[in-house]
Amino acid sequence: MSTVDTRLTYKQADYKSDVKPIWCPGCGDYHVLMSFGRAFAQLGLPPEKIAVISGIGCSSRIPAYTNCYGFHGVHGRSLALAAGLKVTRPDLTVVVASGDGDGYSIGGNHFLHACRRNIDMTYVVMDNHIYGMTKGQPSPTTEPEFDTALSPGGTGLRPFNPLVIALASGANFIARCFSGDPNETAAVLVEAIQHPGFSFIEILSPCVTFRPDEKAWKDLVHPAPVGATNDPGKAARRIMTDDGFNIGVLYRGDRKPYQPAVGATNINLSELEKDFEL
Amino acid sequence: MSKAAGNPKVSNLNDLLAIAYQIEIDAVDRYKLLADQMETHNNPELVKIFRDLARAEGIHGEEIRRLAGDFDVVAHARQIAKFERSESPEEADLGSAHYMMTPWHALQLSLDGEKRALAYFTSIVETAKDPKVKALAAELVEEEAEHVALVHRLLRRYPKPSANWADDMDPPVSQE
Repeated sequence: MSTVDTRLTYKQADYKSDVKPIWCPGCGDYHVLMSFGRAFAQLGLPPEKIAVISGIGCSSRIPAYTNCYGFHGVHGRSLALAAGLKVTRPDLTVVVASGDGDGYSIGGNHFLHACRRNIDMTYVVMDNHIYGMTKGQPSPTTEPEFDTALSPGGTGLRPFNPLVIALASGANFIARCFSGDPNETAAVLVEAIQHPGFSFIEILSPCVTFRPDEKAWKDLVHPAPVGATNDPGKAARRIMTDDGFNIGVLYRGDRKPYQPAVGATNINLSELEKDFEL
Repeated sequence: MSKAAGNPKVSNLNDLLAIAYQIEIDAVDRYKLLADQMETHNNPELVKIFRDLARAEGIHGEEIRRLAGDFDVVAHARQIAKFERSESPEEADLGSAHYMMTPWHALQLSLDGEKRALAYFTSIVETAKDPKVKALAAELVEEEAEHVALVHRLLRRYPKPSANWADDMDPPVSQE
């Protein structure tokens, strides 16, 4: 028999829970779940040292499908939850999962301030340019001409550019991935988790049910023609002028993460509650 | 799109056994996942096909384990057969799944996987220096070639569906 010690190695399957995903067959989110497992395994992180936090939407179901610690929170509030967790438990690797509706609309304000605070965590937004779970309403990233019964003739609105917003607000690591390439996505996730501060990854993840046209993304995505920069000015120009399908790490900043000393306030919960007694 | 960071290195017979075992087990997991998807979306014919494919791959995995004798192929695979940066050859493409897919589609996915495995073991036959590794890889090539032929035979039972196979009488529609 082999004497190989397997206790310190992890495989993708070690991060998978027994809960079966209910996403539509062909949904890009299956690949993202796979990338999570691959990235965690490459980093050799014990599942109990990872917390996956989410809001509401198809993509936000992801914590249940991992056997890491998880919190399926309130709509748009995943970053607030995750920030609280990370400042009190800096020893945990905190990964936040969201969608374009949850993250950019309902949780848009939290997104700005999470970038600004630069707490050491990784924010993954699975962007399918639609509210899939609630049956196809336009989201902040939906194209202006996308014509549905809910938006006859299209919204006519300029789409939100999450990468530009993240850069302007202070995110320390910015990347774009495509769900259909789970190996590349896992590699970027590894980098994002290792990079100090707030890392933001926009993952183009097709909704095969309400946006079958997004199957074409497979042929549109391409590696970013130049490597990541640490110059926000250069990054801004690149991100603002790209075609939205540049894949890879686009910006690696060097801002110091925000991390207050744990227990610095010296206040316990019972003392705090006394202030609210009537 | 991937950087194709390469497949695991085959240095000896035990490595090859472990990798061959892992390829089968990865295929089992993928077929089980597809079967679960089809179960959730009420496509029982495909549930059966994917579970049968998973069972078949599992039997191949067990055969490899038996072939390895006392050597712990499972533990060794866990150590060396890491396809994290490149897909395991027989894993079916998840992105091609559809809730109304037909047996023909499932078998096409299977055929693609068998062909990739065939190409993978062929590349080992062509590059291996150790004659024992070369001989075992050649056996695996023969097996995969048989699987390719088997899927072709199964496909005769399931002709290519018409172009409107995905038409749903009760489709998911945008909320009004």
